[in-house]
Amino acid sequence: MSRAPQLKALVLIAPLLVFLGVFFVWPLVTVISQAISDPAISRVLPRTASAISGWNGQGLPGAEVQAALRADMAANTDEMAMGDVIRRLNASKSGFRSLMGKTVTALKESPDKPLAEIDKRWGDTAYWLAIRENASPYTDAYLLESVDLERGSDGSIQAKPAGSSANGAIILRTLWTGALVTLCCLLIGLPYAMVTASVTGWKRALLLGAVLLPLWTSLLVRTAAWMILLQENGLINQALMGLGLTNAPLALIYNRFGVVLAMTHVLLPFMVLPIYSVLLTVPGNLMGAAASLGAHPVRAFLRVLLPLSLRGVISGMLLVFMSAIGYYITPALIGGATDQMISSVIAFYATGSANWSMAAALGLILLVLTLVLYALYNRLSREPGQMG
Amino acid sequence: MTDSFMRFDKVTKDYGSVRVVEDLDLTIARGEFVSLLGPSGSGKTTLLMMLAGFESVTAGAITLDGQRLNDVPTYKRDMGVVFQNYALFPHMTIARNVAFPLEMRGTPKSEIATRVKRALDMVQLGHLSDRMPGQLSGGQQQRVALARSLVFEPRVVLMDEPLGALDKQLREQMQLDIRELHHRLGLTIIFVTHDQDEALTMSDRIAVFNKGQIQQCASPRQVYDHPANRFVAEFIGETNLLAGKVSGVDGGRVALTLPDGSVLQADGAPGFSVGDDALLSLRPERIDLHGPADALTGLNTLRGDVADTIYQGDHLRIVIVTAAGRIIARVPRKAAEWPNGSQVVLSFRPTDGWVIAP
Amino acid sequence: MIMTRLSKYRAALVAGAAVLALSGTAALARDLTVVSWGGTFQDAQRELFFKPFAEKTGKPVLDEAWEGGYGVLQSKVKAGSPNWDVVQVEAEELALGCADGIYEKLDWSKLGGKEAYIDAGTSDCGAGHIVWSVALTYDGNKLTGDTPKSWADFWDVKKFPGKRGLRKGAKYSLEIALMADGVPANEVYDVLATPEGVDRAFKKLDELRPNLVWWEAGAQPLSLLQTGDVVMSTAYNGRITGLNKTEGTNMKLVWNQSIYAVDSWVILKGAENKDAGMDFIAFANAPENLAKLPEHIAYGLPVKAAAEKVDPKLAPDLPTYADNLAVSIPLNVDFWVDNSEELTQRFNAWVAQ
Ligand SMILES: Nc1ncnc2c1ncn2[C@@H]1O[C@H](COP(=O)(O)OP(=O)(O)OP(=O)(O)O)[C@@H](O)[C@H]1O
Ligand SMILES: [Mg+2]
Repeated sequence: MSRAPQLKALVLIAPLLVFLGVFFVWPLVTVISQAISDPAISRVLPRTASAISGWNGQGLPGAEVQAALRADMAANTDEMAMGDVIRRLNASKSGFRSLMGKTVTALKESPDKPLAEIDKRWGDTAYWLAIRENASPYTDAYLLESVDLERGSDGSIQAKPAGSSANGAIILRTLWTGALVTLCCLLIGLPYAMVTASVTGWKRALLLGAVLLPLWTSLLVRTAAWMILLQENGLINQALMGLGLTNAPLALIYNRFGVVLAMTHVLLPFMVLPIYSVLLTVPGNLMGAAASLGAHPVRAFLRVLLPLSLRGVISGMLLVFMSAIGYYITPALIGGATDQMISSVIAFYATGSANWSMAAALGLILLVLTLVLYALYNRLSREPGQMG
Repeated sequence: MTDSFMRFDKVTKDYGSVRVVEDLDLTIARGEFVSLLGPSGSGKTTLLMMLAGFESVTAGAITLDGQRLNDVPTYKRDMGVVFQNYALFPHMTIARNVAFPLEMRGTPKSEIATRVKRALDMVQLGHLSDRMPGQLSGGQQQRVALARSLVFEPRVVLMDEPLGALDKQLREQMQLDIRELHHRLGLTIIFVTHDQDEALTMSDRIAVFNKGQIQQCASPRQVYDHPANRFVAEFIGETNLLAGKVSGVDGGRVALTLPDGSVLQADGAPGFSVGDDALLSLRPERIDLHGPADALTGLNTLRGDVADTIYQGDHLRIVIVTAAGRIIARVPRKAAEWPNGSQVVLSFRPTDGWVIAP
Repeated sequence: MIMTRLSKYRAALVAGAAVLALSGTAALARDLTVVSWGGTFQDAQRELFFKPFAEKTGKPVLDEAWEGGYGVLQSKVKAGSPNWDVVQVEAEELALGCADGIYEKLDWSKLGGKEAYIDAGTSDCGAGHIVWSVALTYDGNKLTGDTPKSWADFWDVKKFPGKRGLRKGAKYSLEIALMADGVPANEVYDVLATPEGVDRAFKKLDELRPNLVWWEAGAQPLSLLQTGDVVMSTAYNGRITGLNKTEGTNMKLVWNQSIYAVDSWVILKGAENKDAGMDFIAFANAPENLAKLPEHIAYGLPVKAAAEKVDPKLAPDLPTYADNLAVSIPLNVDFWVDNSEELTQRFNAWVAQ
């Protein structure tokens, strides 16, 4: 009987546990394992994988490695698994796809034909190096590549050749854009929240409504609306030219300005609402008290209202920044080519080239960045918390 | 009262079309403790807010030390304000809270430390200076607020029901503390309260408010013993009001003829003349009760029947029906008791009654 | 009291089980799901193929739209029992998926044999459906007088001031850059196969960088041209003819040096409606049905008999029109299958600079 309440409690939280497990833990584990492991080659080409580990990487591997590869290819029956192998090898060395396709077909017809006769590329060390590099089921290649690093032929970590990869630059750009958007949201959102918290009745309802409205329309619609406003013959340019403020249309879209503007609009509620809710808990007469104690309104703001709203400000900044660095649609539609953020690269690897490991590795980097920020937030917000 | 340190001249405050304070005149001397007492919504807080500069003055003028205050912003008025909800800064330690007004005035750091310590010692909280406001009890917080409003030696201290949130015992302790500080520092204090006992204990003068106007502003004794009008008589303490007509005036003494023809003598405000309608205010504790056979001379007397006796611990309240109406008397426990229905004679000295306009 | 509560629960359970059972049978009878590229093109397909097929066979057809991406198909098949049956894919997705085995093998006897198709339209896993081109486009109402005729003109910002739209990605951009740099159309992929050729293409793109606007969705280049944000752009040929017809615009298309490719029907491996899917492909590609497509949208037809039936008035708008074919090149699928990932990465890096 005494176990009944426990059981009841367990049943009550079961949906939550299941939810956390299915929508949080499981994807996380999948992403991490995808980013650091790819067992395709060790599974489909097991003989090759073990044989090639003895090769020193100079010249061409011995006959036993070539025989192992031939045997593995003959033994394989799972086309889709072979597809994974090919994709992985081709990601390391372009050309592997057609090479393997050709080899598989040729070996079906004459299983004993020497590899070098099937395609002269088998005489190229680079292809064999690619196999050796991918033979282990665990790899840091994807994580390295997502920050523009690679392992050299001697196994040391080195930067990729200039101009061949821009993940690092795009991650930095993502952070920079996120920071810009956060700053803009702060500059608009803080005064906005303060005004909203200081008025009452219909004025407050109106201000809150105005900031909440974007949340009730879809992201795509809002982004499209900005496109209409900002384009070369859009409303803003027409208005500016109509007023004679400019005689040529301003470049408002397909650049960083447009992206930051549209993202600021979309994310503003995430800045205003936390600050507003913190301000609501600040007693209304503190500013009056400060004034009666001799504080000029500006000093009263700096010494009293600003520190008290800091917790909301930090939550707001974090929310905005973390949402911003994951943005995809808005930069894709309103940004120019140099405004794309890391999500678009992830999307390319995931949906475009089915390179899930690369997508997972980049996603992991984004996740780690977010976690670091969150830890920072926890530290920052604990201090005012203790004071309260 | 010739020293007019602070003056309100025909001060009026409108909220939209509602007049909350009307043509108010008041003069306050340096070092005086004035309580504002009145029913809820009578405009006490509004007056205080105008004084502190949180609300504008619709018409009239407020002057302090010869300086017209109307357009001076709050932060330049140099007044300490103590709020009902303390209004301590929750993100600062007690010491920083108290140091705040000094920092705003650019007081040197070393001096700030000593003055903060002195102020906190004064309210007996020196040992808590590093705590956060949230870690203090209500009474302690109120004392911090007090220290903060006094530390910069303001010209005036304004307090809006500062003790309203405290329990009875703490409130009485704080009343004594504030009074003591007032005497020791010679502060000018304007103190809003709901609680007439508080006003009576603490004030040099009490300004009784009703509907945005001051009904009477005088010492506690004056207000209690010689209320200016019926509102004040009824609002402060408990009283019996007997209606009659003035039948004689002799200096400060008024003769009042009741409807049943009996005549009572009592002190009264000047300005009555024979034939005026008037009210006699008679405090219950000023009434003595006697048996019908007792011989009484030189006193006012009324006959009546005891209708009810209410036991109140240290005293009894006795309801007596007389020809002039129901009268309540308050008698000490050691006096003789009268069963319901028994005939009694009420007596009081002429100096214990007070005649006011109806 | 307890009894009534119990019986209530039981009733609820029974009802729940019934719903489950019903939804189970519903899942068994999933409609034939055909996936294409959306927009006016899919509207036309719906009228010409989806609805008539459903009427003829009594098998309901559900049509969905997608935006490409091999990963989308691969993950669906990998997850088991995909919820799509027939998908219209680009040549690259066809080649990748056929090698990976994520498509069913087609029964070519139902399609009239491979010889009924042009070569680029035949594969073990896919049957060509349309031939489409990426071509230089400009607004004939805005650019009058001297008009652009080649990719070299596209690069000539002195003669034609203004911005240019290019499809964002290495594919097409690199070929176009090489042609603009004077590489003959039939040598483009040979040059691109060498590291020097790739460098040369990127260098050529560098020249145009300040004047480039990148587009991604097929409708974008047209609106860019309409708003005047760009003076010329690459675009899908079918969209241009369609826009001219529906909105009365005067968009001009330069067939010279255009790049064409074939889109094919495939059936996802393990698709529930595999057989119905095969019947659908045969129906949609039957010459008498397919020949009606160019009336709606100007795509060429890889089925020879269908191409012959097309109204001669419409033929000059199609990529497969002899004069057009003569001046254009086919997309080299094998090249992109091998090099897409590496060149995309480099392209992203180049764009990011
Ligand atoms: N901001 C305002 N707008 C409109 N009317 C107001 C405003 N503030 C106060 N009032 C009105 O002015 C009148 C006086 O209010 P005030 O706060 O001065 O009363 P009070 O004497 O302090 O009452 P209490 O003892 O309940 O605190 C009340 O009728 C109140 O409703
Ligand atoms: Mg009040």
